[in-house]
Amino acid sequence: MPARISPVDHAFRTEWAPLVATLLRETRSLQLAEDVVSEAFVEASVRWRTDGAPRRPGAWLLTTARRKAVDQIRRQQRFDERLPVLAADLDDPPDERAHHLVDDQLALIAGCAHPALDAEAQVALTLRYVCGLSTEQIAHSFMVPTETMKKRLTRAKSKVDAAGVPFTVPDHERLPDRLTAVCGVIYAVFNEGYTSSVGPELVRGSLCDEAIWLSELLCELAPDDGEVHGLAGLILLTDSRRYSRTDANGLPVLLEDQDRTDWDTGKIERGLRHLARSASSSGIGPYRLMGSIAGLHARSTSVETTPWARIAGLYGALIALHDSPVLRLNQAAALAWSEGPATGLALIDELAHELDDYSYFHSSRAALLAKLDRTDDAVAAYERAIALTSNEAEIRWMTLRHSSIAGEA
Amino acid sequence: MKYGLLLYDDPANANDFGTPEMDAEMQQWFAFTEELTNAGKNLGGEALNPVETATTVRVRDGKTVTVDGPFAETKETLGGFYIIEAENLDEAIAWAAKIPSAPTGSVEIRPIMEFDG
Repeated sequence: MPARISPVDHAFRTEWAPLVATLLRETRSLQLAEDVVSEAFVEASVRWRTDGAPRRPGAWLLTTARRKAVDQIRRQQRFDERLPVLAADLDDPPDERAHHLVDDQLALIAGCAHPALDAEAQVALTLRYVCGLSTEQIAHSFMVPTETMKKRLTRAKSKVDAAGVPFTVPDHERLPDRLTAVCGVIYAVFNEGYTSSVGPELVRGSLCDEAIWLSELLCELAPDDGEVHGLAGLILLTDSRRYSRTDANGLPVLLEDQDRTDWDTGKIERGLRHLARSASSSGIGPYRLMGSIAGLHARSTSVETTPWARIAGLYGALIALHDSPVLRLNQAAALAWSEGPATGLALIDELAHELDDYSYFHSSRAALLAKLDRTDDAVAAYERAIALTSNEAEIRWMTLRHSSIAGEA
Repeated sequence: MKYGLLLYDDPANANDFGTPEMDAEMQQWFAFTEELTNAGKNLGGEALNPVETATTVRVRDGKTVTVDGPFAETKETLGGFYIIEAENLDEAIAWAAKIPSAPTGSVEIRPIMEFDG
């Protein structure tokens, strides 16, 4: 965060989502809510510069957005039941909406992540309507042309309107599933930022920041859900290593080689607090388990003192929930630390036919083969791993590894 | 809103008429339709004869071309439909999940196009 942040920028971060959520309830139109809230911020950026920021920026923005909504509805001559509701709200003290605010934001965030929308649409809608990112910003983050992202958003909005996708708080029975869907969207945003599978940068920070903000917002909206806190813990703890995970040249740094004094202790503390909240809730889900793994890393001072057997056990619990070869690979990599590289390699090799086209499978093998002094095999495994990834930083890094081993041979 | 619920299933899952299994299945269909109707949400619906009875018609260059069979050869075929009234997609999903063929086949929910004035 820059030290000097303008009142409009500050208000944008804190007020955008609540404003869209309130206007969505009052106008029942996502498009109209977005339009008038955007216009209110445009007006704020002009007026606040000349007149100074108002004492209560949120209230100012709300009144301005509501007035614009009434104007728009009048202009479109949509004299239905919405107008009296909205016109009456104009005279309300804005604090009246405070008791709606949690539900309104939950409705907005759950609607954007509705399972009737495809995963890409869920992510795009969430970044647009909950985070307030512009279409250009979202397109840039996902490294697609703006036109592509514009079409994706338009298609998503058409489906929302035509199919009657509800932007309401899911009922009690459905709420846990819908919160899990929201968690999935937030985690996808984080992963997109943290490990981009294409392109030159390994870490695209702004998406990580949006994901952290979203996950902590969701914790405020659903404070009793263990998975929601598990996700916030997982994201914060993983992100605490953001700047240690690449070197000055942008090359990846393995966990064992990272300078742990560079890990962000503020994020670790916040993450561990969310994990504790998660542990006090009932039920065990994947985010809580993955968060616990990240927590064990964060609390360890070195790879040697990391409780790898416990980490392997947590992977076992994840596998019990939802078996996958990639989870087994991670479990085997943990066991390679606790039981030795030979045991780890034997377990990894069992996954050969399932993961033969997965880059990390071959780079994990290569690292263990090098430890076991099987140089030729390690070189061959790195070559295979390099051929299977399109991430430039990883290619450069693995090429270095490859040539250092090949050079020793 | 109005929705069409299109019921797809593999005909291999169908029970034969006159068997106790079919009688039990029919009771489920009657119960579902009754629940939908009593809730005031049933705008109509029909069961369709199997795809072996289907005829597909196309008009090309002004000529009517008729062929035996359904438009697409897939394992799951359209077996029937309901038209329902629902507050929103969540309500339509809840009704679709109660349809007796949902556990074996699938239900496609399509919003009915509304034409203003």
